[in-house]
Amino acid sequence: MIHFVLLISRQGKVRLTKWYSPYTQKERSKVIRELSGVILTRGPKLCNFVEWRGYKVVYKRYASLYFCMCIDQEDNELEILEIIHHYVEILDRYFGSVCELDLIFNFHKAYYILDEILIAGELQESSKKTVARLIAAQDSLVETAKEQASSISNIIAQATK
Amino acid sequence: MIRSIRACKTAAEERAVVRKECAAIRAAINENDQDYRHRNLAKLMFIHMLGYPTHFGQMECLKSIASAGFPEKRIGYLGLMLLLDERQEVLMLVTNSLKQDLNHTNQYIVGLALCALGNICSAEMARDLAPEVERLLQFRDPNIRKKAALCSIRIIKKVPDLAENFINPAAALLKEKHHGVLITGIQLVTDICKVSTEALEFFRKPKCLDGLVKTLRDVVNSPYAPEYDIAGITDPFLHIRLLKLLHVLGQGDADASDCMNDILAQVATKTESNKNAGNAILYECVETIMSIEDNGGLRVLAINILGRFLSNRDNNIRYVALNMLMKAITVDAQAVQRHRATILECVKDLDASIRKRALELVYLLVNESNVKPLTKELIDYLEISDQEFKGDLTAKICSMVEKFSPDKIWYIDQMLKVLSEAGNFVKDEVWHALIVVISNASDLHGYTVRALYRAVQTSIEQESLVRVAIWCIGEYGDMLVNNVGVLNIEDPITVTESDAVDVVEIAIKHHSSDITTKAMAMVALLKLSSRFPSCSERIRDIIVQNKGSLVLELQQRSIEFNSIVEKHQNIRSTLVERMPVLDEATFSGRRAGSLPATVSTSSGTSLNLPNGVAKPAAAPLVDLLDLSSDDAPVPSSSGNDFLQDLLGVDVSPASVQPGTSQAPKAGTDVLLDLLSIGSPPVQNNSTPSDILSSSQDNKSSVAILDGLSPAPSGGAASMIDLLDGFVPNSPKPEDNGPAYPSIVAFESSSLILTFNFSKPPGNPQTTLIQATFTNLSPNVYTDFVFQAAVPKFLQLHLDPASGNTLPASGNGSITQTLRVTNSQHGKKPLVMRTRIAYKLNNRDVLEEGQINNFPRDL
Repeated sequence: MIHFVLLISRQGKVRLTKWYSPYTQKERSKVIRELSGVILTRGPKLCNFVEWRGYKVVYKRYASLYFCMCIDQEDNELEILEIIHHYVEILDRYFGSVCELDLIFNFHKAYYILDEILIAGELQESSKKTVARLIAAQDSLVETAKEQASSISNIIAQATK
Repeated sequence: MIRSIRACKTAAEERAVVRKECAAIRAAINENDQDYRHRNLAKLMFIHMLGYPTHFGQMECLKSIASAGFPEKRIGYLGLMLLLDERQEVLMLVTNSLKQDLNHTNQYIVGLALCALGNICSAEMARDLAPEVERLLQFRDPNIRKKAALCSIRIIKKVPDLAENFINPAAALLKEKHHGVLITGIQLVTDICKVSTEALEFFRKPKCLDGLVKTLRDVVNSPYAPEYDIAGITDPFLHIRLLKLLHVLGQGDADASDCMNDILAQVATKTESNKNAGNAILYECVETIMSIEDNGGLRVLAINILGRFLSNRDNNIRYVALNMLMKAITVDAQAVQRHRATILECVKDLDASIRKRALELVYLLVNESNVKPLTKELIDYLEISDQEFKGDLTAKICSMVEKFSPDKIWYIDQMLKVLSEAGNFVKDEVWHALIVVISNASDLHGYTVRALYRAVQTSIEQESLVRVAIWCIGEYGDMLVNNVGVLNIEDPITVTESDAVDVVEIAIKHHSSDITTKAMAMVALLKLSSRFPSCSERIRDIIVQNKGSLVLELQQRSIEFNSIVEKHQNIRSTLVERMPVLDEATFSGRRAGSLPATVSTSSGTSLNLPNGVAKPAAAPLVDLLDLSSDDAPVPSSSGNDFLQDLLGVDVSPASVQPGTSQAPKAGTDVLLDLLSIGSPPVQNNSTPSDILSSSQDNKSSVAILDGLSPAPSGGAASMIDLLDGFVPNSPKPEDNGPAYPSIVAFESSSLILTFNFSKPPGNPQTTLIQATFTNLSPNVYTDFVFQAAVPKFLQLHLDPASGNTLPASGNGSITQTLRVTNSQHGKKPLVMRTRIAYKLNNRDVLEEGQINNFPRDL
């Protein structure tokens, strides 16, 4: 099971966190600080797995962002690397050549996509197309709702003028 | 807002902006503003990610969830998952909303609810909503089904009792075509089986198992499918999940394992391993093969794959391979031995994680046949390894050497190398053990002390090396100087007495020597002052320098030793006799018993093989070797317990104070106290306790007790040998001793006690007394018991009497042999108090007396 997902920038800023195991707010910040320290100082040629507090943390660096996932001892680390790559590819397709800024300004969308890939720390969908389709459908729902809202308020505004 | 926050140049500016925003949001919440609620929530989440407290937003999330529109719900649920965790009570309020949403017509809303539930539900919520989720497992839309499956996983983990309800729906999921549902279904089944054995049995049935195998076969053989393709393999995730499930089902069950053999072989051979996806599948496959029931061919296949992984250039793959090999060792050690050379290379790798794994693996591979080359390699590497790794490496080398060393000389050699290289990393109990071994290897004493002498010339900064060296020089200094016991392999070396003293002096004065080392050096100097009388003055000077030391231990030792050297030459040599051989078996037994079980945390495997060096607990051996001086005085109870255990002697606490608490008393008082251990009847059955007075080291009263105890015969024999050689002032052994007149020790109207004396040859201080009791009265005495008490400078041993009925009127007598040892032989005569108890006509009688008329020179 994946215990948490962490996206940190090279400067140590947190871009996204998702927790699948119970951690209090204090614990969360502690974990983030510790792991940032460990991972950001690792050299480029070292392997992508770190042993930490009895768990394994798998991380991968994409441009200026580190994607980290914490798993149990018995999980398959190479598979997690694949999952990380899966997520990044979907983000790429959605945002069109994604960069860190996209994730900063549209963090809620990054979360939605992550929710389509992982639930309860387990993989949900292995097909990128399906995930893209689902996100697109939900986005259009949001769009229509917004349009409805704006059109209603238009009507009311006109009515009360 | 995000732009404005990012535009801030300093942290203070950012805090100001955030505060303003929070204030605005709080105002909006108070006004219950509907329109901008989702915008505000989004802002709140961003602020939360920056690390600021956002508790005031929690109720907003709830309200957002409760509202009717999809966008609000979406943001509301996101906020819920981000800002809250399962331990908060606020979560309970959401349960109702969740229930409604789970029944919503819009499937995306159902999806949102399932997602939230799956990520953060608590046990109560799980129980409440489980039936809903169960129902949704059969929903028409695959999107909902897969979410429901994962949600069920969380429910089962939180409330294991509900697992049974999910067995049937889960089984249905296994037959799905849709990959997403299939993956989640498989994961659900895996987790159910982990939680409930009933489920495990259910899914092990051939019907189910065959279905799974078929699915796997289909996936492996399936043609190119663009939707699921990763690196040329169709849906590697599905491969891996299926393999995991097979792992769980096959473990411990031979029939199930049989079913899977073919497909596992196929996966292992057909999968391409040039991309990570392929390697991930192979890794999982090897894991599965290792865990299911034994199949020789498959195992060989697996180990071959691991061997291939080991030589891969990619660090990740090598790491993973090392990990797997540790588990493989329990299964097939031979095969892993073949890869020993590669593993040894990995120990020297640049990557710290790989180094650690490889070292653990090497440690597990060590056995009697390969210990020598392996140790050599590791010690060579020790010289070039970096600091953090040295500690681990040293510990492993030491424990390896200790466990598998074929002979003592090799052991000592290796330990010397390690100490010279990395002495500062060596734990205390390791060099304690080394000293025990050295003292036991009596033929190697000369060799050892010379080797240590040489080593110390070069590596004076290694603290442990210095300590071992000065202990040995102190003990065996004469061997060093006189070149005793030179082995063929040694280079000749001449060391003068003053050279030896030099070494110890350097140790005392060296700036990095800590208190323990200095204290040990002082004891060593004392020993040397006795062995090298010519250097006595110089040694005294060195000792005296510490008279004013601020450390109590050093000052005390300095003063005491100084006075011994100056005023008490006559007892000095007996004080610093050779240490008696420390009993190895007892030491290691004691050590194993008193130390906590060690666990190698980094490997995390459940191997029963010993790993790592045991961490020292209260190091009772420290008392024995009189080394710890900077600790607070060891509580005498612990010292006594250990001594009692080790030596099997009941020791009265008052007189055995290990270490520091005795006030320095010059002169014979000290000796008397030390000798008075085991006052009067010391019922000791084996070795002659008569030699006790000769074998003492100043504070190790242990030596005395060692003499008393039923020590292993080898130890006692060597002790006697050494004593014969090194007691300079022992009087010449006389063959039978002068004859002594017998005395009437006690006389009353009804009883006469006669003593006959003899001396055993070679032991002037011991007297054998034959006591004869004669009954003068006309009545028979029954239950006759004779007891005697002697003053502190005497030791008494009573053999059993010949009988306990004394016939009347001198018609017979009881004899009993007594052995008395007079430590003040020649200075004080024997005295004895007697008590005789017997029954006369069933009436108890007690007679007491004092015997003063022993012959003077007994």
